[in-house]
Amino acid sequence: MDLDSKQLELHLERLYREESRRVLATLIRLLGDFDLAEEALHEAFRAALEQWPSQGVPANPRAWLVSAGRFKAIDQLRRQARFQALEDSPEPLAEGEVWDGEHLEDDRLRLVFTCCHPALAFEAQVALTLREVCDLTTEEIARAFLATPSTIAQRIVRAKNKIRDARIPYEVPGRNELAERLQAVLQVVYLVFNEGYFASSGAELTRQHLSAEAIRLGRLLLELLPEAEVQGLLALMLLHESRRAARTSAAGEPILLEEQDRSLWDKVLIAEGEALVLAALQSRRFGPYSLQAAIAAVHAEAASMDATDWVQIVGLYDVLLRATPSPVIELNRAVALAMRDGPAAGLQLIEALLARGELADYHLAHAACADLNRRLGHWAAARAAYQRALQLSQQGADRQFLERRLAELPTM
Amino acid sequence: MKYLCLIYSDEKLLHSLPESPRDAECLDYAQTVQQSGRMLAAEPLEPVATATTVRMRGGKLSITDGPFAETKEQLAGFYLIEARDLNEALQIAGGIPAARVGSVEVRPVRQLQLEG
Repeated sequence: MDLDSKQLELHLERLYREESRRVLATLIRLLGDFDLAEEALHEAFRAALEQWPSQGVPANPRAWLVSAGRFKAIDQLRRQARFQALEDSPEPLAEGEVWDGEHLEDDRLRLVFTCCHPALAFEAQVALTLREVCDLTTEEIARAFLATPSTIAQRIVRAKNKIRDARIPYEVPGRNELAERLQAVLQVVYLVFNEGYFASSGAELTRQHLSAEAIRLGRLLLELLPEAEVQGLLALMLLHESRRAARTSAAGEPILLEEQDRSLWDKVLIAEGEALVLAALQSRRFGPYSLQAAIAAVHAEAASMDATDWVQIVGLYDVLLRATPSPVIELNRAVALAMRDGPAAGLQLIEALLARGELADYHLAHAACADLNRRLGHWAAARAAYQRALQLSQQGADRQFLERRLAELPTM
Repeated sequence: MKYLCLIYSDEKLLHSLPESPRDAECLDYAQTVQQSGRMLAAEPLEPVATATTVRMRGGKLSITDGPFAETKEQLAGFYLIEARDLNEALQIAGGIPAARVGSVEVRPVRQLQLEG
């Protein structure tokens, strides 16, 4: 392979990474069929690989790929004599349409709302969005949700079939329907962020492009619907994101909040996040995302772990727990309570929580249990909990961290 | 695309709750949908006590008293509508006055390929 074609291949790989979801969103709108659009997308990239070496890279590669994908799909439909079906599709193809950036952004938002339609089961909304909007693999989604890849694949197929057969429209809902449709979208965006912020598996602790993607979606949503919870969610993501540089060591290991170099926290993101939290709380129409963002903001304004206002954080967790009871929030509250009232008080809550069984397979619950036992000098209990956390974690850097903590425990 | 909106409700409550629709309101709404050009058919049904269920098993006709499923909410009527997509169908279904006291199931109608 000569250098030029090697370079072109790298360029195409980058294009695929950065643009394939935008192109796919537009192809779904034009073709009205997820599977057909997916196939067309791959055909378009194949055509680029064949044609660009002789014809050169087009001025607007994105538009070129959309056009190529659309023609490939039409060819295929003609072969299958299904062209009539395409012409009857709800949004007929517009000849000579220009695919500018703005238009493609609209298509992405349309795709998000289609994937998060309440006529689909919630699990299906999440799986479909992660697959189609964010390009996570079925395996990655399965790991993130503790399900098998075949379960996720089935969910996605059923959802696509319902979109096609019940004709779920490919559109951003009108103002009157928007608010009720938003809840699912927010939840999906946050799950995507989390997957990027704390990847469920793989060698890297973070997968920044997923978080960046979620923040971008959050900004788009806020522009569309300036509601308190949209502000809250974006604030929450920005405040978490502000700590990214401080969260991992040079070796890629996670650094706990208490050991993070707070001078590395991104002050621009913090300022933006804090302003959004404030606006959300002042609206008095805030919900769980705004409350979680408020907790993150309390951390962001503290100069150190000791200087953190733990009383306020535990108080915010109390409100949050009333708004949305969940074992994971209980776990986080217990960790904050350990900071306010000491490790023994926190440990008691976590042990009770683990005994209930809901978090038995959640590695962070065991890691928190291990950490509090370590602080109390309960070496045997700490060892057992670290080992359990290690069994459950599939995340490379996180495992290294747990192994190091385990090795540091004094032997008896 | 055609959608069938099946209206289910508890017969005893359909007309007795404070938010229960009156006949005039139901007629008005049906008229609105009719005038929008989306109505293909709509009929209220006689109470479940009048239902009879028929099954053909091994060439033998069996007839039983009552509806297909004995549940708390029963089929009380239907709208057959023409809608652009599911969102439009859901919007029309949401406006059916009986949706306030019962449930409306929205099902896309499959097109039978009948020869002229």
